[in-house]
Amino acid sequence: MKIYKAGALLCIGLISAGTVLAREQADLDEIRQQMEQLRKTYEAQLNALEERLEKAEALAEKNRVELADSQVEENRVENTGGGLTSSAFNPAISVVLQGSLNSYSKNPDSYELAGFPLGGEAGLASEGLSLDETEVIASASVDQWFYAESTLAFHDNEDNEGEVEVEEAFVDPLMLPAGLGGRFGRFYSDVGYLNRFHTHAWDFRDAPLTYRAFLGKQYRDDGIRLNWTAPTDLYLMLGAETYAGKQFPAGNNSRVLGNVQTAFLKLGGDVGISHAWQGGISALLANAKDRNSGDSNFTGDSDLYIADLVYRWAPNGNPRQRNLKLQSEFFYREEDGDVTVTDNTNSALVDYDGDQKGWYAQAVYQFMPHWRTGLRYDWLDADNHLKLTDPGGFTNPNDIIEASGLDAQGHDPQRWSLMVDWSPSEFSRIRAQYDRDESRPQGTDHQLFLQYIMSLGSHGAHEF
Amino acid sequence: MRPWLPLLLCFMFTSLPLHAELHIFTCEPEWAALARELAGDKADIFTATTAQQDVHYIQARPSLIARLRRAELVVCTGADLEIGWLPLLLRRSGNASVLPGAAGNFAASSYVKMLEKPKTLDRSEGDIHPEGNPHIHLDPRNFVPIAKALSDRLASLDADHAASYRANEADFLQRWEKALQTWDQRKAGLKGMPIVVYHDAWIYLNHWLGLQQLAELEPKPGIPPTSSHLSSVLSLMQQQPARAIVYAPYQDIRAVQWLNKKTGIPGLGLPFTVGGNPQAKDLFTLFDSTLDLLLGVSE
Repeated sequence: MKIYKAGALLCIGLISAGTVLAREQADLDEIRQQMEQLRKTYEAQLNALEERLEKAEALAEKNRVELADSQVEENRVENTGGGLTSSAFNPAISVVLQGSLNSYSKNPDSYELAGFPLGGEAGLASEGLSLDETEVIASASVDQWFYAESTLAFHDNEDNEGEVEVEEAFVDPLMLPAGLGGRFGRFYSDVGYLNRFHTHAWDFRDAPLTYRAFLGKQYRDDGIRLNWTAPTDLYLMLGAETYAGKQFPAGNNSRVLGNVQTAFLKLGGDVGISHAWQGGISALLANAKDRNSGDSNFTGDSDLYIADLVYRWAPNGNPRQRNLKLQSEFFYREEDGDVTVTDNTNSALVDYDGDQKGWYAQAVYQFMPHWRTGLRYDWLDADNHLKLTDPGGFTNPNDIIEASGLDAQGHDPQRWSLMVDWSPSEFSRIRAQYDRDESRPQGTDHQLFLQYIMSLGSHGAHEF
Repeated sequence: MRPWLPLLLCFMFTSLPLHAELHIFTCEPEWAALARELAGDKADIFTATTAQQDVHYIQARPSLIARLRRAELVVCTGADLEIGWLPLLLRRSGNASVLPGAAGNFAASSYVKMLEKPKTLDRSEGDIHPEGNPHIHLDPRNFVPIAKALSDRLASLDADHAASYRANEADFLQRWEKALQTWDQRKAGLKGMPIVVYHDAWIYLNHWLGLQQLAELEPKPGIPPTSSHLSSVLSLMQQQPARAIVYAPYQDIRAVQWLNKKTGIPGLGLPFTVGGNPQAKDLFTLFDSTLDLLLGVSE
């Protein structure tokens, strides 16, 4: 309580001291300003008179006024209403086409990440030619109070039937004071670095293994965000979100809000003119209820912590010819709860306590206009403690452990990825990528991808 | 009660502009230079880009968000020139007072006549701007209406110093008119001079000086030179030689050097904006230097 009072006093002190100083300064400024103003007005008047004289003398010669010049003079009053936004189309609509050719040396249906049950969209894309996703993005300022954006994704489900999904649909209030910002609706969480980017803005064809393992590829849900940007030259942003918890790593929650809570701090700045960086730490605390992955359901707490760092280099701050981007994220998760393992007839209960971590690091280098190449390394480690509480009809405990997907079998998944892409313009990109994937305990999977990303319509801004 | 909460709130509000200085965020060096003429020491002026950067392609760096967060006035070209980065920065900065439509948002292109408004909008034509060519600062006559409008805006945002902005405006316009007269006399020799340019960014300069732009090295706006396009420019140059190959400081000069080697036509790096060469220190010297360089190849 004492600290609280001291804080309030300090606050009042700061404000009043500031005001007094400002007032005295303002008085002085006013006098200076009036003097300056007088001087300038006289000068301007004198000069104007001089000029008039000169003009009168030169009037005879002045008649050679060019037609073009007079046209410009006439046009000068015309207001073309340029403005700083592209409201030429309202809303701004863009369509992003993504497709790929995928090839695997092992059956993609048997894909697993040792020690991490696959949740969300963590699986591999189907083999062969695939129309991955077609996104329709519409965004605009609703009025002076709100900005809204919605992304509809069209893709095929496992049975090759067309599906439409509301990937994002959110509203940002624009009138919040003092550097506050917010968002509500359905949106990608701002935890970590890569999570908030749509797949078409990723530098590789697939998600880092950490994103597959810890976030089911990417975490988005229905919720609310509040964030605050500090008024400092160093970029400092604090934010918190609360979500319904319908998606992995929560899953199946019926409560309206609060099953997933996140908090994050982001820092960033420039070093000289050619270097820029951004770093962050985040937490995502989920309350999971019947979170389904494969044959197992998890109920309990899942607490995830992420640290991320991004560095960019562009000579003279001009990324057009060459630029480099280094990016790395570290994940740590604690899970504690019960896992129910079911097959056709049996249902066993396992007490589960997991300590899991993983990281990736990548470098993407644009070595000449339109051409980039990138290298990425992924690594995961799961230390899961399982205790069978009720075999529920299973005869072999090993079957239960295997079906739970939580047994890492002493294997740490890792992967190397190498990609090259060509972007003839900002709106098109063609990419080739090779992955040497050791996610499974059973040997290496060689994966080859050929991908295209085409954007139609309005310019999407380039995120950092 | 958590003791840090009121402290945090206190920080959030006391760190708001207590000192009287107006924070101005400018997108390009030319607007920073103009703001400096009009606001003098009454403002803290930040420039988001340098003459060495291609303002079409700027990364939305965190440092820019931080600067925008504190700005009371944003001065940019508009007309979609900064579309690739500014809207995102504006949304992320959490600063409602500088959003489009607010008093703190100033788009210079709103106050001048735009040239080259495209008749059709198709991406196969390259990176075109629906509202017209946005490089309006290369015609010095455009600074007259823009200076007036910017001074109006400064006076309404910072009423305490309105008189000072007015006086600065009168002073600047008077010096500018004088400079325009000098430039008018010097530019006579440049009328009709044929040039080749790298990017179609010089249309306003051409319009002012009466330069004749024969070709661009870029096949379409924003698309880097291709060998087939360069060879067509080469054959044009052999029939109808230009005086110079004009380029800006941020452009890759390899295509310029290639054409120079083939034809002997000199490459001419113009400052393009304030800071584009050591001579172009402010708006006056920007055009002085531009004219010096052009007159150097005119005979």
